[in-house]
Amino acid sequence: MEFFHKVTTYPFMHTRRMWYGVSSVAIIASIVLLFWHGLNLGIDFTGGVVLEFQYPQKADLEKTRATLEGKFTHPQVQNFGDDRTVAVRLLPQANQDVNAVSKAVMDELQRVDPQVKLQRAEVVGPQVGEELTNQGGLAILFTFLLIGLYTWFRFQWKMGISAIIATLHDPLIILGFFAITQITFDLAVLAAILAVIGYSLNDTVVVFDRVRENFHKTRRASSEEVMDASINQTLSRTIITSGATLLVVVVLLIMGGETLRGFSWALTIGIIVGTYSSIYVAGALALDMKLSARDLMEHKEETSKVDAMP
Amino acid sequence: MYQFSRWKYWLVIIVVVLGTLFALPNVFGTAPALQLSRNDRAAMDEAGQQRVVGVLETAKAAPEASYLEKDRLVLRFADPQQQAAARDAIIKGTSGDYLVALSDVPRTPEWMRKVGLKPMSLGLDLRGGVHFVYEVDIQGALAQAVERMERDVRTSLRDKRIPYGAVTSSSGVVRVVLRNASDLQAAMDALKAPDGSLQITSGEGADGAYVEMRMTPPELKRRQDVAIEQNITTLRNRVDELGIAEPIVTRQAANRIVVQLPGVQDPNEAIRVLGATATLEFRLVDEANNPYEAESSKRVPIGSKLYKERNGRPILLKREMIATGEQLTDASSSFQEGQPQVNVKLDARGGQSMLNATRDNVGRRMAVVYIAKKQLAEGEQCKGVRSGAICTEEDVISAATIQSVLSSSFRITGLQANEARELALLLRSGALAAPQTIVEQRSVGPSLGADNIRRGWHAMAVGLVLTFAFMAMYYRAFGWIANAVLAANLVLTVGLLSLLQASLSLPGIAAVVFHLGIAVDANILIYERIREELRAGNSPLSAINAGFEKAFATIADSNVTTLIAGVVLFAFGTGTIRSFAIVMTLGILTSLFTSVVGSRALVHWIWGRRARLAHLPI
Repeated sequence: MEFFHKVTTYPFMHTRRMWYGVSSVAIIASIVLLFWHGLNLGIDFTGGVVLEFQYPQKADLEKTRATLEGKFTHPQVQNFGDDRTVAVRLLPQANQDVNAVSKAVMDELQRVDPQVKLQRAEVVGPQVGEELTNQGGLAILFTFLLIGLYTWFRFQWKMGISAIIATLHDPLIILGFFAITQITFDLAVLAAILAVIGYSLNDTVVVFDRVRENFHKTRRASSEEVMDASINQTLSRTIITSGATLLVVVVLLIMGGETLRGFSWALTIGIIVGTYSSIYVAGALALDMKLSARDLMEHKEETSKVDAMP
Repeated sequence: MYQFSRWKYWLVIIVVVLGTLFALPNVFGTAPALQLSRNDRAAMDEAGQQRVVGVLETAKAAPEASYLEKDRLVLRFADPQQQAAARDAIIKGTSGDYLVALSDVPRTPEWMRKVGLKPMSLGLDLRGGVHFVYEVDIQGALAQAVERMERDVRTSLRDKRIPYGAVTSSSGVVRVVLRNASDLQAAMDALKAPDGSLQITSGEGADGAYVEMRMTPPELKRRQDVAIEQNITTLRNRVDELGIAEPIVTRQAANRIVVQLPGVQDPNEAIRVLGATATLEFRLVDEANNPYEAESSKRVPIGSKLYKERNGRPILLKREMIATGEQLTDASSSFQEGQPQVNVKLDARGGQSMLNATRDNVGRRMAVVYIAKKQLAEGEQCKGVRSGAICTEEDVISAATIQSVLSSSFRITGLQANEARELALLLRSGALAAPQTIVEQRSVGPSLGADNIRRGWHAMAVGLVLTFAFMAMYYRAFGWIANAVLAANLVLTVGLLSLLQASLSLPGIAAVVFHLGIAVDANILIYERIREELRAGNSPLSAINAGFEKAFATIADSNVTTLIAGVVLFAFGTGTIRSFAIVMTLGILTSLFTSVVGSRALVHWIWGRRARLAHLPI
């Protein structure tokens, strides 16, 4: 089987102005949403208490809410995964012992229904939450820094900058998605975003590798032609790899359970956006930065040798 | 025909065989088990093993397997019923000589265990358990050290018979005022620390000549480290007392301690035992004054302090302490003539001080004050002094007549059996060096853990089948090569994880699934290149060679970026996220090897050796 029997000749770069528009709107919308809605940050970052209870029968959310209301400040009560499981989330008040709070909630719910079972308890002190937030930010920063250094070193600087911008584009849109859906943003989602940064750049690198090769091979073609040819030549690989990865990530989304929900969503969105950005954003930016064969001249030939027939 | 170095075939074969060997222990699953350690915390030996197995055989609850591991005896059973029956038999048949912990152990055959092959270690979110992070209050530890300095100043000056007035301390500086200015030099000599850990200055103030002391900066640093080390040791001991299999207690960052207790279901019970700090103070009873009078008039005689006995009666004790819990080296409970007792051992300094105090006081009473500090649960009453959520309860647990001159080894009687056991447990664990609070706690019930494992593996199985089907359909025979390579890659990743014993969490399993997609990418890059070469009119053999050669640079380049993300994640992440990072990083390394070297070896072995090849099944 082969989806791309001949090398395609889509004029990707011809429509790049339109895709710039699409990407800009998506990014601006994401940023606006981030400020307007904000992220539904998990207790990893805010500190607080999350308790997961399981009832032998369908849980009565209203009753649970009524039990906790008044005794605790702003308890969030919702189903988690199935209708027998309830997650209770509380934000810490100043100087409150979070462990004591978690115990009190359990006692309160067990008083109403002794059959309720505590499945999972997570208690994060506000200070730890703050540290995790800082560390998470630093991790993203370092990833960009190191990846930026690598692409700058490995490619020409115009390509490096385009690759980094295309890669910045992806986490922003994932963040926008989490702002709209208000899916809990926890440490696992942050990890997924870092993985997406690596993954999306991987796509871009494959295209740029081909761009470099083609500039060396076809000196006479225009930059736009080379870029289009490179994207078309790698299109089959890009689509097949993304398809295969998307396949397993969607399996994870469906079968991984509630704990991995946010994580799987981040990967799913990231793979889709990452594939788009390495086709439309990275190449287009390099082109508009006037990347030409001359830029790649001083680099040594990367093409490999073929062994002689014995 | 193309050359493909023979050593590369061997390399691939050796790596795959080793990987399979390391991954093999994972296929046997786990079985319910008991882990026994000796109550006196000596190492378990073969004599003990024979004794326990003997007891179980007479009780008709013989284990499937029994072996010694890390000073413990592990007994493996066929099912949980047998496990429970055996536990009861051991408790009945060995008069409490062993601590028995329930756990699950891998069912790996004996020869594998002997050469040290182990299955992957599962994280707490998969096996169920409790994870705590304690933060040690360094300032509190230093304040305690300064208090101790104050006490030492008094003792040293008294020993040298140098009269002194007030001893005070503020912000780490201990200040003592001397009665006679002429004693200044003698006092400084007496107070000088032999190891130079104190800065001593002197001067003349409005209240007379004084000496000031403070700890030197290196000493401060050392005290901080010691405080945390001591807390870790103490927590480790308490965790051991809980009888949990494979607990983890480690230092994290400068002032944090991580405690992981697999299999513990009730976090609050664990917090109570780990968090309650108990210590002892040995004081002489003030027999000269009437405690009832002191209680009603609220006027306590100078040099004494009012306490309450367990039965509520007031008692006056001398302020002077004979010994404290810090000088305690061991405590154990036993029965003597049917009465419970706690046997106490003190260090040399405590023993000396005990000797001095009891020499002149035989026939008088010595009280043991039990001081418990605990975190209050919401709504719980504090029977002692409360500060914030911490409650300090002071109880005189015994006021026994001193029968003879005591030194470093003696016993406390007059306790209930369970009190004696609990007191011994808490005392043996020692007093905590520094106050500590829980800043993070995560607990997962065992059924949720099992659920997580099931979900993770199901997702992986389905992901694997879909990927296999897709690759086989899209690349035909070459697709099956990719699939074989992918399978080898999974085996290698599992083998490496088992070898490193890095704990696998749910995000770790997710990384394995995500990795399936990344791992096929290298193959896709190669095959697309081969197809391109074929379209360009190259012969099948040169297309294979060119495909592998040209794709290699791209594969390496593109994997480096994901590798960077993985390494950064490993550096910044903790807990379950770290597992994600480890799996991602290992997965990239194994997939580089399998797709570039392994897949090429396979392709060459099948097609590369033919002299004439007209068509490639790709």
